[in-house]
Amino acid sequence: MGFRILGTGSAVPDKILTNDDLSTMVETSDEWITTRVGVKERHIATTETTASLAAEAARRALEMSGVTPADLDLIVCATITADNVSPTAAGEVQQALGASCPAFDISSACSGFLFALETAAGFFARGTVKHVLVIGAERVSKLLDWTDRSTCVIFGDGAGAAVLGACEDEHYLVSELCTAGGSDVIQIPAYAGSSPFRVPSEHDRPPFIFMEGQETFKFAVGAMCEHIRSMAEKIGVDPADIHFVVPHQANLRIIAMASRKLGIPMERFFVNIQHYGNTAAASVPIALDEANRAGRLHPGDLVALCAFGGGLSSAGAILKW
Amino acid sequence: MTFEKIKEIIADHSGEDTENITLETEYTSLGIDSLTIVEILMDIEDEFGVTLEAGKIGTTVGDLVAKVEEGQA
Repeated sequence: MGFRILGTGSAVPDKILTNDDLSTMVETSDEWITTRVGVKERHIATTETTASLAAEAARRALEMSGVTPADLDLIVCATITADNVSPTAAGEVQQALGASCPAFDISSACSGFLFALETAAGFFARGTVKHVLVIGAERVSKLLDWTDRSTCVIFGDGAGAAVLGACEDEHYLVSELCTAGGSDVIQIPAYAGSSPFRVPSEHDRPPFIFMEGQETFKFAVGAMCEHIRSMAEKIGVDPADIHFVVPHQANLRIIAMASRKLGIPMERFFVNIQHYGNTAAASVPIALDEANRAGRLHPGDLVALCAFGGGLSSAGAILKW
Repeated sequence: MTFEKIKEIIADHSGEDTENITLETEYTSLGIDSLTIVEILMDIEDEFGVTLEAGKIGTTVGDLVAKVEEGQA
């Protein structure tokens, strides 16, 4: 059994942090951040929680889709910043929505939403679900060393969601997941307690995002190009035939370089990094929702989704919208 | 020639004239940032079929040419 996206939604915190605000906190500037990353402002949670953002995005997606919480058979939330170890963010959303289906979280950093989509695809293939809610929700702000100007300027908070519904014809044409080692390129240690028996390691890092910028950039461009080329080949099209690309919003220059290498013009890439920064697993579903509500996606369009990041992981999918 | 092609790629990304790029030209004088270096290296990798690491390309264009020729050997 196939599925299609019936509705999308997104939600971001109220507080907006601009590049000028950041330049009063660390040694940086609007010019540096804009040219290196492409971000102008990002939303940072103050009273919002990962679950509250996820639930709001979910409500909006449900509203668009016409599906009710009672109709949901499964909730999957991609996140690396759930408010609790337990209950999961998906579980908290289930409670907030008044749904009663199974709910669990998936962790694959910035690729998480696409890993979650692929997971949902498996449930549809088994014929055990009719409606699935897939969410990407993050409060990356709590993983940052706010004194590190190389990372604290890049990221933001938010959530995006999609309601999937079973259908006979296939809209999820092709997908790829990849996990690729490289914890020396991106690593985010967990906040953890310790037992009296734990022997500290000299390799232990503080619990903040660590990212080797140049290697990450190279990995990201390579992953985006490889997935899109490979998936296009699998469905018998040329990358230039893809109508629209909704990429993970990690850095505008990653997207620009991939556009050049793939021969897909920038106008066909959705870009909103200037407003939200890198929101990890929330990035793709927020972008998808905005593209959808802006009328950029037309029935029958080949829409490529692509993500890459911590893991190192990467993923892609091509949808027939 | 390797150097000619590398000059073109660097000029393309940096906006610098190819005439002003010599083997002695230092990366720091090209007015490019650390991500542009990676963009240049990726294009060179595609062109020459070599693998380059941003941390192992010395300080000058000449160092880069040598690294590329080493990778091709």
